[in-house]
Amino acid sequence: MACLLEAPLRISVLSEVTATSRHYVDRLFDPDPQKVLQGVIDMKNAVIGNNKQKANLIVLGAVPRLLYLLQQSSSSPELRTECAVVLGSLAMGTENNIKSLVDCHIIPALLQGLLCPDLIFIEACLRCLRTVFISPVTPVQLLYTDPTVIPHLMSLLSRSQRTQEYITQIFSHCCKTPEHQTVLFSHGAIQNIAPLLIYHSYKVRMQALKCFSVLAYENTQVSMTLVNVLVEGELLSQVFVRMMQRDQPIEMQLTAAKCLTYMCRAGAIRTDDSCVVLKVRLSADLFTLIIVGASLSNVAPSSPTQALPCLVRMCSKEHLLEERVEGAETLAYLMEPDVELQRIASTTDHLVAMLADYFKYPSSVSAINDIKRLDHDLKHAHELRQAAFKLYASLGSNDEDIRKKITETENMMDRIVSGLSESSIKVRLAAVRCLHSLSRSVQQLRTSFHDHAVWKPLMKLLQNAPDEVLVMASSTLCNLLLEFSPSKEPILESGVIELLCGLTQSDSPALRVNGIWALMNMAFQADQKVKVEIVRSLGTEQLFRLLSDPDSNVLMKTLGLLRNLLSTRTHIDQIMSSHGKQIMQAVTLILEAEHSIEVKEQTLCILANIADGNAAKELIMTNDDMLQKIKHYMGHSNVKLQLAATFCISNLIWNEEDVQAVVNSDCAHKGSQERQDKLREMGFVDVLHKLTQASDPNLCDRAKTAMQQYLA
Amino acid sequence: LSFPEAATLKPACCGTTLPRSPCSSLQFTLLLIRGCHTAAIFSPQSLSLSAYSSSPLTRARSGNPEHELNERLKHLYPAVNEEETPLPRSWSPKDKYSYIGLSQNNLRVHYKGHGKNHKDAASVRATHPIPAACGIYYFEVKIVSKGRDGYMGIGLSAQGVNMNRLPGWDKHSYGYHGDDGHSFCSSGTGQPYGPTFTTGDVIGCCVNLINNTCFYTKNGISLGRVLISFYTLYQPNLYPTVGLQTPGEIVDANFGQQPFVFDIEDYMSEWRAKIHGMIARFPIGERLGEWQVVLQNMVSSYLVHHGYCATATAFARATETLIQEDQTSIKNRQRIQKLVLAGRVGEAIEATQQLYPTLLEHNPNLLFMLKCRQFVEMVNGTDSEVCCLSVRSPKSQDSYPGSPGLTPRHAAGNAHLHAAGADSPTCSNGVTPPAKSKSHGFTGGVKYASVSSSSASASSSTSSSPSSVNYSESNSSDSTKSQPHSANSTQETSDSEMDVEAEHYTNGVVEGSSARIMNGTYKHEEILQPDDNSIGNGVTNDSCSNGRQLCGGNQAATERMIQFGRELQMLNEQLCREYGKNTTHKKMLQDAFSLLAYSDPWNCPVGQQLDPTQRESLCSALNSAILVSQNLPKQPPLMLALGQATECVQLMARVRSGSCSFARVDNFLH
Repeated sequence: MACLLEAPLRISVLSEVTATSRHYVDRLFDPDPQKVLQGVIDMKNAVIGNNKQKANLIVLGAVPRLLYLLQQSSSSPELRTECAVVLGSLAMGTENNIKSLVDCHIIPALLQGLLCPDLIFIEACLRCLRTVFISPVTPVQLLYTDPTVIPHLMSLLSRSQRTQEYITQIFSHCCKTPEHQTVLFSHGAIQNIAPLLIYHSYKVRMQALKCFSVLAYENTQVSMTLVNVLVEGELLSQVFVRMMQRDQPIEMQLTAAKCLTYMCRAGAIRTDDSCVVLKVRLSADLFTLIIVGASLSNVAPSSPTQALPCLVRMCSKEHLLEERVEGAETLAYLMEPDVELQRIASTTDHLVAMLADYFKYPSSVSAINDIKRLDHDLKHAHELRQAAFKLYASLGSNDEDIRKKITETENMMDRIVSGLSESSIKVRLAAVRCLHSLSRSVQQLRTSFHDHAVWKPLMKLLQNAPDEVLVMASSTLCNLLLEFSPSKEPILESGVIELLCGLTQSDSPALRVNGIWALMNMAFQADQKVKVEIVRSLGTEQLFRLLSDPDSNVLMKTLGLLRNLLSTRTHIDQIMSSHGKQIMQAVTLILEAEHSIEVKEQTLCILANIADGNAAKELIMTNDDMLQKIKHYMGHSNVKLQLAATFCISNLIWNEEDVQAVVNSDCAHKGSQERQDKLREMGFVDVLHKLTQASDPNLCDRAKTAMQQYLA
Repeated sequence: LSFPEAATLKPACCGTTLPRSPCSSLQFTLLLIRGCHTAAIFSPQSLSLSAYSSSPLTRARSGNPEHELNERLKHLYPAVNEEETPLPRSWSPKDKYSYIGLSQNNLRVHYKGHGKNHKDAASVRATHPIPAACGIYYFEVKIVSKGRDGYMGIGLSAQGVNMNRLPGWDKHSYGYHGDDGHSFCSSGTGQPYGPTFTTGDVIGCCVNLINNTCFYTKNGISLGRVLISFYTLYQPNLYPTVGLQTPGEIVDANFGQQPFVFDIEDYMSEWRAKIHGMIARFPIGERLGEWQVVLQNMVSSYLVHHGYCATATAFARATETLIQEDQTSIKNRQRIQKLVLAGRVGEAIEATQQLYPTLLEHNPNLLFMLKCRQFVEMVNGTDSEVCCLSVRSPKSQDSYPGSPGLTPRHAAGNAHLHAAGADSPTCSNGVTPPAKSKSHGFTGGVKYASVSSSSASASSSTSSSPSSVNYSESNSSDSTKSQPHSANSTQETSDSEMDVEAEHYTNGVVEGSSARIMNGTYKHEEILQPDDNSIGNGVTNDSCSNGRQLCGGNQAATERMIQFGRELQMLNEQLCREYGKNTTHKKMLQDAFSLLAYSDPWNCPVGQQLDPTQRESLCSALNSAILVSQNLPKQPPLMLALGQATECVQLMARVRSGSCSFARVDNFLH
């Protein structure tokens, strides 16, 4: 914990710096230590609550001198303590003050001070450190540069109530990344802080609770540990549950609910746990169990209260705007993966209607009556809106009834539409997430989405947006391009193909998937014109690059696109005539490489489509290697692959009876006869025979129909 | 509010029963005095309604469902006085439509009509309306079977609303319907409210009488406030109601018979905290320090009133306040009280006559009461007139066997009161209705009113405690002057004075209370006069009843007692001549004399009188009389404030202000 002291800052004499401020600084250089101490004490009294004075003193270079005095072992303990107090006071000022302090290396100096045995001095240092670290301008990394700091702080936790309060507060503000979590965790943060949750001081309890919420956030290791921690014989989750009771301060309820939410999302608590949904009393049975001696942990996971109802309550109008934002965001996070929670939340306390209030800031009343209120409302308006969108997105992500309820909320679609073009990126992102969630409903796609022409702002959003917005927006677009969506036509006309093709070249796999997915949806049962346009715009080169994409989702969707492109006979022949060679090559490569069953199945389906073409058939028939592969898959252990391969063969041996075939029936018939003969030679008939005995009814049917072609 | 640390006061403080948090309770009581009663509400620190702390309920032995129900209701609605406003416990077999059938102790409802259309709808109300003193009321209904169509409505309705309908369709009726999930508020058309419900679901209905709202729950999930304004909730008394419309529909009610699925206690705790916050943040609006001075004066006057001389002096020194009364006067009172409490009433009378010569002359009623008590103490063998004749040492008949200090006894008393569940009169540490038997004593306004109206019966079992009659409903709500406290209390002058101070809530003042606190003085040995030592110190315990004998078992003493009885009889006759017949006196005398009719007076129907605790009310009456004669208040302002607070809270219940349920004075007194 070394600290280099820089020479006092060069001070340009500023006119506004008063003589008194200078006097205070001058006194710090007095040779008489007693006078220095008095000087520091006077300075302390002068700066309290006086931001201007603080700024003056900083400009005049008081900080390095104070730090020097603080670090000097020759200084008396009182002097060192007073120095730390003055520094703490300076830190209480503006953000600029904090920056200056950090620039003067105050943090290492104060951390060094913690090694001193004097508790009063330690507390003064910690208070100052706390003030510095909770400022957003301080780089939190500074806490972790010296590896001895964290263990030392842990050891100081037991010293006094103040050290507990300050240290937990520092931890809760300085734990921002998984690495930080790991460092704190590995130094016994949980064991050291857990007892503080039942400490008598509210401040300490609250800071300890905050620590747990930041520690558990998206951290499975921490969360799994937390589940088994006992505080005075009580499970931690039950302590959290108790903290969520309605007579507790809102901040505590909210943070406790967060802790449980994070534990739940990290998989440490099941979502059907009563912690999350319902408060279950310790019933008589449970008591008997305990009395009989069953260990508490056996029954404990069903510890009571209600993270979910608690969070829903936080969304209600009676709470502060900040609390409502946090409540909604946490709730959204909690139920994101769980449809059952979404269903419960959607009926709890009119949540869906309650969220509509989030859009009413600044209200017209506040604008007229109270400038301060207006300012406050304006500041939170964006946060509120994005939180509401997030929560709606989460609520509506699975259940059709909930989606309906959401879209029927007053002006909901209008709000989303305007949210899509808001200046705040957070709001735009949340709005598009919400839209995406709702776009998973066939009914909504057909009705409200079309009525409100959501595709327009969505397309605009796609033009120029950061990746995270693009991902959500393009996902939504995928749904809007489904063939039954009435928005599909206007979107096509707005030049979406170029845009999507552009996305497939993105570095982000998610964007590539979405781009190709949207193209696939677009190509489904599309006109020849659209298909040609897709192929032209995407370019074969890009298409085949995508077929070797490392992301299997991209590959799957590209195959899907190919399959959609290769549907109906004329389209097949047309595309195969121009790109047949490359396509066959790609198919061969995929079938030969290591891929999942789904990929192979999709590839075989493409082959089957090709086999359905008139001219395209020949590309397979002339490729013995390919036929061998098909034969191989017909005998594969996986029924899906067998089915696809059989389907392909069935197409190849098909005896054409349709109108087109009649025109040149001779030729066609001849062709099918030839193919049948060749395939018989290759032993396909035997294979088909075998398959007619297959246990799978579909496969069996398919094989039988194919056999009938031989008889015809 | 700063309050000097009790540490400085310790030397003399050991026996006091000052509230442990004097600031907060004082503040509360003062708020009430200042007329801010409507908003003032309390949080009981003692009642933390967590899932865990509610466990005593669930832990209750399941063997006795009736007992369990009573316990749960008492726990949920502690402010409800069930003698005045009983809680609903079942459906009413009388207040229902003919298509409704009841079974399982009138908790299960089934439909037995045709169920062709809405004209066949049928409802049933609970036996009683929801008392406002609940503050927050909750009941649940489990859908046992949805029957043919599941047209079921759960809700509330006022008496007289047509029962041939589902709840919610008519005026003064509200309901949540299972078929469409709509909420009906006095209208035939419902509003979209919540999900539908069907077989297996548990539907709850919660009425919040603090903000006059209502919400329903389904399977323990709150569905949110009913959107229609519920101001009408305020008007008529609403009954829990359930309505059915098609065959096969069966529902079971839970009025507290079982633990609720929804965590109503958590909801209640939120409101309790809210109301507590309201009290804590109530603006005092006075100049700096003034408030503190008021509080200090209250404490000081309380100490002085009860003669905690040393404590009062120490307190006055620490807070730099002045004591109105001089030291000797306080000590004199203290000495007299001590004598009464020790059962040495004769000496007490003597001392009183000596120190306050005209006092008893002017208070013949008080004198009579003292003499009656003296007679009882003679029977007890504690009065000095028989004591000195007795072969047994006076020490052997200690006045408080088994109760060395006051506090534990007081606590026990409180616990007892809690258990009995009628809290209204127990506003302070001291309402000690002398009769501690369950049949009596915890009844609250109504009962006391009746007592005071027929004061003859007042002392049926409590002859020695005239002050027990201080609760009178009629008095509290209107003019007090017309109402005599009780026939034999020492009122006239003191009453009028008190009336002024208490702003017409005189009767909330709890006289008996002071007596208990008096016990504390036993410990203050340094202020005992030397010749008193024998009484104060006698802790030799001889409580087993077979050791007790009439007048200490001494023949001469018995004769003296008989003699004294005759004198007493004469005194009574004399009083009758002078002031007219007094039934209370007669009764008192009768009770006292009846003691002689039993071979073991301690274990006889009137043996209660011999209990040393019976001395307390008399002691307090005497103390008050002395104070009044010195032109000092009869009651310490603190007790006035407490009494007023208690009365205010009761009044709130009567005017249907639901917040009273969380504003209970005794929650603040530990």
